[in-house]
Formats: sequence, structure tokens, C-alpha cells
Amino acid sequence: MSVNGAASLLALVGIDTYYGQIHILEKLNLEVREGELVSLLGGNASGKSTTLKTILGLVQPRNGTVEFRGENVTGRTTSYRIKRGMAIVPENRRLFGPMTVLENLEMGAYLNRDGRGRKEDFERVYTLFPLLKERRNQLAGTLSGGEQQMVAMGRALMSHPKLLLMDEPSMGLAPILVERSFEIIQQVHQSGVAMLIVEQNANMALSIADRGYVLSTGRLVLEGPAGQLLEHEDLRKAYLGR
Amino acid sequence: MNWSLFWDLTVSGLTLGSVYALIALGYTMVYGILKLLNFAHGDVYMIGAFMGWFALHWLGGPVNPSATAWLVVVLMFLFAMVACGGLGVAIERFAYRPLRNAPRIAPLISALGVSFFLQNSALLLFGASFRDYDTFHLIGAKTYNYKDIFLSVPQLLTIVSAIGLMIGLTLLVARTKIGKAMRATSFDREAASMMGIDVDRVIASTFFIGSALAGAAGVMFALVFGQIYHFMGFLAGLKGFTAAVIGGIGSIPGAMLGGLLVGLAESYATGYLPQGSTFQNLYVFALLILIILIRPSGLLGKADVKKV
Repeated sequence: MSVNGAASLLALVGIDTYYGQIHILEKLNLEVREGELVSLLGGNASGKSTTLKTILGLVQPRNGTVEFRGENVTGRTTSYRIKRGMAIVPENRRLFGPMTVLENLEMGAYLNRDGRGRKEDFERVYTLFPLLKERRNQLAGTLSGGEQQMVAMGRALMSHPKLLLMDEPSMGLAPILVERSFEIIQQVHQSGVAMLIVEQNANMALSIADRGYVLSTGRLVLEGPAGQLLEHEDLRKAYLGR
Repeated sequence: MNWSLFWDLTVSGLTLGSVYALIALGYTMVYGILKLLNFAHGDVYMIGAFMGWFALHWLGGPVNPSATAWLVVVLMFLFAMVACGGLGVAIERFAYRPLRNAPRIAPLISALGVSFFLQNSALLLFGASFRDYDTFHLIGAKTYNYKDIFLSVPQLLTIVSAIGLMIGLTLLVARTKIGKAMRATSFDREAASMMGIDVDRVIASTFFIGSALAGAAGVMFALVFGQIYHFMGFLAGLKGFTAAVIGGIGSIPGAMLGGLLVGLAESYATGYLPQGSTFQNLYVFALLILIILIRPSGLLGKADVKKV
């Protein structure tokens, strides 16, 4: 694990993303350094999810570049980027409901080639979430919200990501589960995985982050160390998109 | 009760049902993954029957085959399956993929277009006359029997190889990496791509497998029932589609069950119902309507549950 403030892991440079005629992201610059935990905040329709989709290559930007591990991956496929070390816990978890927990985890390791690594990966995920080992043959769609969140995180960790993207990890969870979820996020982060967390729950997200960005209607309105943002007068305003 | 007639009808129904089941599988797999009714599927089946015919004639024809009959039949199946698999992949690539994000009606129209394209290409290239595998010369008229149940060699071959293919498909979908990727993609395509699954490749594989099964079905039909012609895919495709809907479209075991039911219903209707040999299709589609009225999502289909 490198020291914060070291090499850049992910950099978005001058990103413009459109859906048809609609300009979603405007000249977005964003960086995640190795081992860093970064929060991306913003209200509804501020472009947070689009930012993640642009990073993953599910949406192609019209202008600008996406750099990952020193490589320009802008024109590359999602599966290439994931092979290079990205993983995502999508909004609403998006588990494969009619498949078992085990199969969901296997899908997270889809691009891992060597069979030996996979056993370790399972062990690592089961150590983090012992419950998943018990439930491994249960259909993912039958789990409770909190359990599903664990599967979603476990699934993302199966591929040994360098950068873990999280889209609204607190959404739809009871407050106690939100706290638990953030504890796990910290735990994973401490194991050396860099993270970009998209959240509406600004306080929670900033309390564990190194740095933060605030988006409002597709534009960055604030950025800085998490501690400073937490105290920032404009945060609330920006966050609400006014 | 005339048991001998009953068993004859049952055997012929199971044979026909095997063919329909294999066609229905292609419909249901493509629907499961793309929510597309691939109306060109019946014509892929027709092409499969022709490919089997060509393989047979490249291998010396039914009267003087250049290898033993069994090997010839295996090669006919392999050739038809690979050719149809490739055709299916090409159809997806050129007729459906460009419309992946278009409104759902667009690929449906495209599928109808491909159907006409294949029918008329076959008419142009292969001519309008009927062709025959001449199974009599190739594998003889030997039948096996258990008491009153008589099975000809092609019938036995069809039923056994269809069961084999269905078991193979079930294992593939349940156990293999590509099978799991297919299930994941069919449940949530975007989430699948978020896992690094190459969705385009998974969809292409689905078309390959579904079309290869249709190709096998085409050869089976021709082995048992003889004649092949450019328009044979229309009705068989409709029956396969009916089978898929009866079983619950999107459900693989449903397609198998639906296929057998349609085959048996058609066969029993021919033997037992008034004017059955003329109106068997009336009875088959009446069965479809009846089942859909009682269970709108098909026998093994699930009612669409909205994803949360």
C-alpha cells in the first residue's frame, strides 16, 4: 500500500459525457490516488452515477480521458478495465437474484484466470463476511437487504480490485446496517484497496474519506480534504443542487 | 382401447416433440437474454435440414455413402449444427446487435425480415423442389420394439440424441462459466457487464447454441419425416415458439416440456380427434390458447417480478 498523496490510480481529465443531447458531465476532473478513499457527493441527477459509468466504460465520454494505473483506458471496454483492477458495488446492489450466493461471487471473479487464486479469494471474502459462507447455496434474491449488501461487496472483492467503486452503499439499508456497511468499507480500505464512494449520505461518507468531491448538475462545485468539506458552509447548498 | 395405435401415436408424438423442444430452446434462450422473439429461428432450422442434406451428399449420398451410415449421420448432425450456429451468430451480429438499444419493436421487425431473407435465399439457392434424405437407403427400415411399442431407427436416434442435447444444455447452463454468464446476463445485462462479463460474447454464444440446436432439430425432422423444402421452417418455427410459450418463455426446462407437450398433442390429435389429420394444427394452437388463458406465464414460467 502506498502512502496517500502518492501515485495517481484513477484520473478523469476534462470529461464531457452526454446522453443524447443532454450534457450530463461538464469538464469533470477527478482523481483517486493509490490506497485513497474518495467520496463523490451530490444530490439526485447531479451526475454521480454517470461518473461511475464513465469510469467503467459503460458510457463513453464525448471529450476527455479516463486514465487508470497510468494508462489511457478511454476507448477500452468495461471488461478490459475490470481486468486491469476496477470493481463496482452497483447502486441497489444488482445481485443476480435467481443465482446462488456462491455463483454471484463467482461472477465477481469472472475474469480471474487461475483457479488457485480463486480459492484464496473465496477465503478472503468469507473471512470478511462469515455469513456468506453459511448462505453460499441460497439464492441471492432471497436474502435480506443487509445480506445482499454483503454479497455485493464480496462479489466486487472477488477480483482483487485496485480500485473499488461504490454506488450509494447506504441506499435502502436500515441505519444500523449503514454503520456496519461503512465499517466494512473502512476495513476493506485499510487492506489497501482504493475506493471511490458515491453517496447522498454526505456526513457518513466524508467521515471515513480522505478527500471529497461535490457534484451539482454535472459540474464539480467543491473538492478538498474530507475534514475541510465537512465544515464547509457551501456543502449543504451545493449538495442540494442550489 | 387400441394400445398399438396409442403407442404409435406416443412414439411419433415424442419424436415430433423432441424436434419442437430443440427449436423451442433456441427461442426461449434468445428471449431470456435479449427479450427478443427471434422469428427467424424456424428458418435456421430449415437451413439445418438443408445443411444435413448437403453433408449427406458430400459424403457420397444415401445410396453409396463413403463411410458407415452411423458416421455419416453424426457428420450430418455436426455439420448442420456448426453451420447453423455460425448462421445464428451472423444473424445476431448483423440484424440484431445494431438494434440492441432500439425500441423492442425494431429487432422484431428485423427478425421477420431475416426470416423472409432466409426463406427466399433457400428458394433461390436450393430451388423450390422437395428433397429427401432417403433414410431408407441410408439406415434401412429396421425397427426396435418392446412389446407393442415400435420405434424406427431414426425415431430412436431423434429421441435419444434430443435427450442427450437437452441434458448437455442443462449442464452447460448450470455448471459452466459461460452458462453462468448467460444466466447472469439474462437476469441483468448491465450488472453482468459490471462484472467484466463480455456481454456481446455471451449473447453471441447464446445464438450459437440455440441455432445449433435448431440445426440438429432440422436434421432430425428430415431423418424421420423425410421431405425438406424452403418453407418448412415457418410452421415448425411457430410450433417451437408455441412450445416455448406453453412451457413459459425464458424457461429452459419449460421449453423442453412445452416441446414434448406440443408434439404429443399434435400426434394424439391426429389419431384421436375428429378430422385430426387435417386439423391437427387447429388443436395444437387451441391448446396454446387454453394454457395461456389458465397460466398466462406458461407452465414453468414465472410471472414477471419487477427487479428491485
